[in-house]
Amino acid sequence: MNILAIVVAALVVGFVGLFIGFFLGISGEKFKVEVDEKESAVLEVLPGNNCGGCGYAGCSGLAAAIAKGEAPVNQCPVGGAPVAAKIGEIMGVAADEGEKKVAFVKCAGDCEKANNDYEYTGLTDCAALAFVPNGGPKTCNYGCLGGGTCVKACPFDAIHVVDGVAVVDKEACKACGKCVAACPKHLIELVPYSASHLVRCSSKDKGKDVMAACSVGCIGCHLCEKNCEYDAVHVEDNIAYIDQSKCVGCGKCAEKCPKKAII
Amino acid sequence: MKELLLIAVGSAIVNNVVLSQFLGICPFLGVSKKTDTAAGMGGAVIFVITIASLITSIIYKGILANPFLAEKGIDLTYLKTIVFILVIAALVQFVEMFLKKSIPALYQSLGVYLPLITTNCAVLGVALNAVTYEYSILETVVYGFATAVGFFIAIVLMAGLREKIEYNDIPKPFQGTASVLITAALMSIAFMGFSGMI
Repeated sequence: MNILAIVVAALVVGFVGLFIGFFLGISGEKFKVEVDEKESAVLEVLPGNNCGGCGYAGCSGLAAAIAKGEAPVNQCPVGGAPVAAKIGEIMGVAADEGEKKVAFVKCAGDCEKANNDYEYTGLTDCAALAFVPNGGPKTCNYGCLGGGTCVKACPFDAIHVVDGVAVVDKEACKACGKCVAACPKHLIELVPYSASHLVRCSSKDKGKDVMAACSVGCIGCHLCEKNCEYDAVHVEDNIAYIDQSKCVGCGKCAEKCPKKAII
Repeated sequence: MKELLLIAVGSAIVNNVVLSQFLGICPFLGVSKKTDTAAGMGGAVIFVITIASLITSIIYKGILANPFLAEKGIDLTYLKTIVFILVIAALVQFVEMFLKKSIPALYQSLGVYLPLITTNCAVLGVALNAVTYEYSILETVVYGFATAVGFFIAIVLMAGLREKIEYNDIPKPFQGTASVLITAALMSIAFMGFSGMI
């Protein structure tokens, strides 16, 4: 038994530990990064889902941007008005009332209403479905595939495939935009929560083709456009668009629509 | 030069750290859901292992296997595991602080993966293996870098496969970790094809 060897070993490990401790302590002081007090306070208030709905990598990214004044205090779509008010307090800015938005699926062609060209069996995911012939089994090339990619993308369990078509739960939706990005058919759009009338179709096909494909598709007949007294509805590329800033919710367009594509 | 090249190819592909030495399995399974996060993890591992292998090699040669101590009949090489653990943990901490202050862009892109690597056994494995193989300091650095590249290759391939597997209709008992482990096993078998190359 070599006592000296044991002592040296203890000393070596001890000194290595001590040295590391001092070294980290000193460099911790030296490399200290000043974190903005406001930034950590804003981060406290944010919901912390890290959903990325604001366009930043996560809540900490948005907190940094708000603290620097690069992002408005109501940038967080999930927290909405209450969070914006709290952040406004921290930043000393009055929060503008951000309009609450929800996702909306511009297709109503469920299993019963939309026709299929063929029977599809295979991967049930829109990313795969969009690649099969004719852009999916449905006759309509624009319609919802019902594969549920948006359902998987939703962090809030607010979108579900009901009878072959995706439907958004307006109350649960936080307008984070994940489903908008996920949909290969670009069918989902963020619309004002208060919007009363929306076109539930996105087919740009001619009226005759739409008739053959789906019983609730917009055929581009211009009846809604003609009947709107407020110049809010326009038909472009065989599909009606409602300008929500002009729409007063009179409901004439929905009433006149022969296919009931406006709801 | 030829020696270094052999070490590099051997440790990156033939003796792949994950698929044939089974080190660093935790991040390999945990952070391989998406290719871009996997690439981030791989990048951080390359960065840390290369630096760690340099530092541990210097410490081993300079302190633990010091000829001065050896002359006196004191053998400290058995301390390598505990000293390496200490040094690697401290090193990762220091690198994180340094990057945060000096190169915030790199710190942002490595993000959360950097501190995760502190406990990655691949880092310690590389340092200890290099001692076992009796590599010089330069050889150790090349070995460390190549091993980390091997890890990068493995984790990015795995993430690519997992992204595709997501779409499949897998029977319930095989969903999640089970299918991932089966995939890892098949990849490991595929990498056995390289054995005997060197």
